[in-house]
Amino acid sequence: MSYTPLLSVRGIGKRYGAHVGCIDVSFDLWPGEVMGIVGESGSGKSTLLNCMAGHLVPDAGQVIFDTRADGPRDTVTMSEPERRMLGRTDWAFVHQHARDGLRMGVSAGGNVGERLMAVGARHYGDIRGKATDWLERVEIDPGRIDDRPSTFSGGMQQRLQIARNLVTGPRLVFMDEPTGGLDVSVQARLLDLLRGLVRDMGLSAVIVTHDLAVVRLLADQLMVMKSGRVVEAGLTDQVLDDPQHGYTQLLVSSVLQV
Amino acid sequence: MTETAYNFAYLDEQTKRMIRRALLKALAIPGYQVPFASREMPMPYGWGTGGVQVSAAVLTPDDVLKVIDQGADDTTNAVSIRSFFQRTAGVATTTRTQEATVIQTRHRIPEVPLTEGQILVYQVPIPEPLRFLEPRESETRKMHALEDYGLMHVKLYEDISRHGHIATAYAYPVRVEARYVMDPSPIPKFDNPKLGDCPAIQLFGAGREQRLYALPPWTQVVSLDFEDHPFEPSKADHPCGLCGATDSYLDEVIVDDVGGRMFVCSDTDYCEARQAQGHRGKDAA
Repeated sequence: MSYTPLLSVRGIGKRYGAHVGCIDVSFDLWPGEVMGIVGESGSGKSTLLNCMAGHLVPDAGQVIFDTRADGPRDTVTMSEPERRMLGRTDWAFVHQHARDGLRMGVSAGGNVGERLMAVGARHYGDIRGKATDWLERVEIDPGRIDDRPSTFSGGMQQRLQIARNLVTGPRLVFMDEPTGGLDVSVQARLLDLLRGLVRDMGLSAVIVTHDLAVVRLLADQLMVMKSGRVVEAGLTDQVLDDPQHGYTQLLVSSVLQV
Repeated sequence: MTETAYNFAYLDEQTKRMIRRALLKALAIPGYQVPFASREMPMPYGWGTGGVQVSAAVLTPDDVLKVIDQGADDTTNAVSIRSFFQRTAGVATTTRTQEATVIQTRHRIPEVPLTEGQILVYQVPIPEPLRFLEPRESETRKMHALEDYGLMHVKLYEDISRHGHIATAYAYPVRVEARYVMDPSPIPKFDNPKLGDCPAIQLFGAGREQRLYALPPWTQVVSLDFEDHPFEPSKADHPCGLCGATDSYLDEVIVDDVGGRMFVCSDTDYCEARQAQGHRGKDAA
């Protein structure tokens, strides 16, 4: 059992001029834990996620990651090469739109292999073997390894994006609405797959979504955001079953019960 | 005869100074693309404006110039650039590789090994090896700076998965001194092994793209590959039809409209020198 949080976020803030992205967000993420972030559109969820993943530079605060080599380090003040190295080894980022996270002009195998080649894999047979293995794990027919993602369905593209991200065995995955834009049966399969992978690989994850069903299934902890601030945080079931804040109550009661 | 209306080698001295400074920087950082203020030249882009500016900057009145286009000394591009420098610089010209001190080339490295004291100037259309994989220049510069070259192997991976082997036959990417990935200009990959450990200075000029880069003598240059699909320089599997050479890069020439063809050395100087020594191929008259 580790006694250092994998990710420790301290007072993250980001403004866009006079407009507020997010203010003073702090939390700890422990190894193997999944953190859900919910909130309405424009509440600062994606800003927060991009600040944590190094895509945006926050105005204030620290993002402390427990690196393999040197222990806890602030990734905001880390040098760009170091941050990029993290981005292709220990971190993964799953975009809402698979098109943003995939190279559409490159075959499925090439997409999965890119991260391997970026960290120095130089044996074609090995790369292809790993790519085949990962396509199987995300339930894509390995016979389609040489097809371009543009010929795949939306659900397959999203699964391919997940395979491409997990192939280097990251410890922390950032997901920005991974099920957005997919129909419900495909969503269910994807969630099932994600849950299996998270459990099998002992991944930690930060999932941004506006879909409460996704966090109910995947997340251990939950943060509710409104207007750039965290208004409620706690264990997922606790927050969803006994919402305290007015906005959370509104959010929970807005879900249609079938 | 030098046309007196022009400064020596066409460009004014301040421009040559600017290019020489960029060349020094390029030589100091082998494989790194140095920006320079490319001038409008009296020829269209794509005809060697970059190479001509580099040649103009390095030429001295005592130099002997050779210009080749796809290996040949007698094609339009080579003839016009050679006569351009004859008129504007009045330098001696030659077609013999051994006698030249400055060689401007388009898409070939001469067959005769280069020697110390020679300068090889390449005309480069697209200096950025990552261009077709990542179209944003801001991003490719960052990738060079951070040695983030995984993408280059994705291209080779795609080649193998589609064709069963690395099908890139020209402009084959190389890594210079284990640091910068460089586009060697569209030379056939047959010429790639000649880039490394070369006694001559190699300068690359891209006029439209406003970039210079260089390989100082005796630089380590490695062609990218996979462990199980190693780099292989390739050429047409024939002897030269005129001089019988088996070690030179060949052009395929269609000779009639019923499928007749012959293979001849692309390096005309090499081929003629061999014929003068009495070597004959099967198609020689």
